[in-house]
Amino acid sequence: MLKLMTSIGIAALISLTAVTGARAAGEAIELKSVSWQHGGLFGTYDRAAAQRGLQVYREVCAGCHGLGLVAFRTLSDLGFSEEEIKALAAESDYEDGPDGEGEMFERPGKPFDVFPSPFPNANAAKASNGGAYPVDLSLITKARANGDNYLYSLLTGYTDPPADFELAEGSNYNAYFPGHQIAMPSPLSEDAVEYADGTPATVDQMAKDVTVFLAWTAEPKMEERKSMGLKVIIFLLILAGLFYAVKRKVWSDLH
Amino acid sequence: MTTTTPGEEDGVKRRDFLYVAAGGLGAVGTAAAIWPFISQMNPSADVLALSTTEVDLEGIEVGSEITTVWQGKPVFVRHRTGEEIKKAEDVVVAELPDPEPDADRVIKPEWLVMIGVCTHLGCVPVKEQGEYDGWFCPCHGSHYDTSGRIRKGPAPLNLAIPPYEFLDDSNIKIG
Amino acid sequence: MSFEPKNTAVKWVEDRLPIMGMLHHALYEYPTPKNLSYWWTFGSLAGVVLVIQIVTGIVLAMHYTPHVDMAFNSVEHIMRDVNYGWLMRYMHANGASMFFIVVYLHMFRGLYYGSYKAPRELLWWLGLVIFLLMMATAFMGYVLPWGQMSFWGATVITNLFSAIPVVGESIVSWLWGGFSVDNPTLNRFFSLHYLLPFVIVGVVILHIWALHTNGSNNPTGIEIKDGQDSIPFHPYYTVKDLFGLAIFLIFFSAFLFYAPNYMGHPDNYIPADPLVTPVHIVPEWYFLPFYAILRAVPDKLGGVLLMFGAIAVLFALPWLDKSRVRSARFRPIYKQVFWVFVLVCVALTYMGAQSADGNMVEFRGMVPVEINGVVQMKDGVVLMEEGITFALSNVLVSQLLTAYYFLHLLVLLPMIGLFERPRPLPASIAEDVLAKSPAKEEASNA
Repeated sequence: MLKLMTSIGIAALISLTAVTGARAAGEAIELKSVSWQHGGLFGTYDRAAAQRGLQVYREVCAGCHGLGLVAFRTLSDLGFSEEEIKALAAESDYEDGPDGEGEMFERPGKPFDVFPSPFPNANAAKASNGGAYPVDLSLITKARANGDNYLYSLLTGYTDPPADFELAEGSNYNAYFPGHQIAMPSPLSEDAVEYADGTPATVDQMAKDVTVFLAWTAEPKMEERKSMGLKVIIFLLILAGLFYAVKRKVWSDLH
Repeated sequence: MTTTTPGEEDGVKRRDFLYVAAGGLGAVGTAAAIWPFISQMNPSADVLALSTTEVDLEGIEVGSEITTVWQGKPVFVRHRTGEEIKKAEDVVVAELPDPEPDADRVIKPEWLVMIGVCTHLGCVPVKEQGEYDGWFCPCHGSHYDTSGRIRKGPAPLNLAIPPYEFLDDSNIKIG
Repeated sequence: MSFEPKNTAVKWVEDRLPIMGMLHHALYEYPTPKNLSYWWTFGSLAGVVLVIQIVTGIVLAMHYTPHVDMAFNSVEHIMRDVNYGWLMRYMHANGASMFFIVVYLHMFRGLYYGSYKAPRELLWWLGLVIFLLMMATAFMGYVLPWGQMSFWGATVITNLFSAIPVVGESIVSWLWGGFSVDNPTLNRFFSLHYLLPFVIVGVVILHIWALHTNGSNNPTGIEIKDGQDSIPFHPYYTVKDLFGLAIFLIFFSAFLFYAPNYMGHPDNYIPADPLVTPVHIVPEWYFLPFYAILRAVPDKLGGVLLMFGAIAVLFALPWLDKSRVRSARFRPIYKQVFWVFVLVCVALTYMGAQSADGNMVEFRGMVPVEINGVVQMKDGVVLMEEGITFALSNVLVSQLLTAYYFLHLLVLLPMIGLFERPRPLPASIAEDVLAKSPAKEEASNA
């Protein structure tokens, strides 16, 4: 009898786990799933895609979205040279100071600076965007569940609303955004940027590239982490094997 | 206790090897695991990125100096007068506590760039004071000359010269 | 077999402070039942994780800034700029989860084998005190990164105290040091988060002291009778625990290096915003069963009391369990009920993660195929397909599970102890070990 109860309990539990989640957000839609080069146990960032993604960020996203945790110097991880980084940084001016006379002054950016913020503060950002705050993108792929696929799906998910959907004034329809109404209009359009390496700048391509770039900004130490993990786990497997042999030996003279 | 610790019966050698291998590998692993905990106290990437300072020399009048900051330390950049340069050069180098000719301490004689930290115990010396009209450290009375060399007092060494280069006639990069 | 130092310097110290002898007794000669299974490894693992947490925590505190304007960025500074900072932080964040995994297994081990029963009641109590301190420490630690979940978790949990009649509001603003969770709250949480682990160390020492006073329990639940039953802790259990540690570290590394954010919540990578509440606030997974109990009760004070009651009742366990026999191995009924209880705890964890609104939990299974309301038959057999057999609201499921949790501890445990007929116990630990390995028995007799 009790055994039966237990097995019913197990069965109920297993079946129960499968269901609930999806109900929560109303009719949430399954995200598009991309096989990212940086996914998996050994995946590394696609440097070429990330470099193109930086271009998309700078030419399309940077008008509204900051990247306040990312310093120009770290772009060397993506294969940019010191000269390229200096030139990129110098394109924007930064307030510094005070100088000897106590005045603040403007100077060109240096590699140690972080990407410039498009707005002086959050209130200014909201005021310029109809009350919606364009979030900082440094951590965006880690700040959303299944972030890489979410970002890609969102960027390529703008469509006309279904006939029965009432879209609020100033909103845009996006199947992948919670509630489906997003203040940001579709940011990408065909050939919005011109890639130096000749890759055709389709919306799909740009969405993938900028996602790779932002996956890197969110987790710049991922490659170091995975490669250290591999060494650590191999080492521990050997160690566990040896300890097990020692344990067997030590215990063999008992009983 | 009826049990015995691993005894001296057959297989002693194989057993010993196993123990040494396991213990040795465990020790190696522990040592390797300790390194990140030590290394984390080294200067971080953002601190290292600030390790150079550029100084615009224009506007520093002859006979005046500015104090800038390099790696968190004060750096004196002095536009020396001809008299100061002459005084610095007319010294019997061998008689100095820390013998060093003035020419080794400057790239261009009119510009003296040095770290403003007393070599005694780390105070910041005061300019244009002391018995040699150079710098004087108020903490324990060390006198430096117009080349920043120690002449009198407890400090053992001359004021240090940071690595720097002239980017052009009026700009230097320290670090 | 007491400790007698040969080295004169060691002897000099030993005569004045017998600390080496104490350690020698605790880690070397401590007579341990010879039949401990790997379930007994989790105690020493918990000790190792505590040390890992303290060491990584001290490191993180060297780089972290406890200020609302800088806390979030200082954590990202650790992740991006500090040498091996990402390793330290992921180790600490995942280490917290590991600590709870190990301690929960350690506790369920104790429940199964009756390790809390006389004369080990104080040992059990000290363990529960450690558990409470861990929960407080973990909660305050989660606030420090100052992400959205940090802030709103702190707001929700501190607000629990407002349920207390009359003085509730005053207590909450005393906890906050203000009128909302803000900089003073963050600062005091940082201070206490640094302090409490050392308090835990103190209680752990008492816990081990109490353990060594009456010795370890074991799978048979019977006490050591003579030297036949026990072996010295070293080398037998040191090597066994080292092997267990290596296996545990592989498990830990899998999360640390390959899924470091799996047990965290994405919202905590969004800086705290006191004006926007996340859609779905969930605590860290190890609080979920208690969170489910809290939300199962529609009354604010009632929910808070029941949640704290769920832990408080564990203190009474040594007296609620009426069985003469410790180990569930010899308790045919309790053994079954124990696993039901484990399942209920897992199910409560699951329910704690579900949203609070009127959503339904659907139980799937085989149901008859119906077309237009007519059950379909073929060759006289009802056709079946997979479908929803029945559905209950989230709240009702949580309520049923909560009721069972208390039913188990307050009713089933005493009743089964009184009415159950235990199987016969072995005469001694040694006899039990021999009975299990007849081949080796011959070898040892020879």
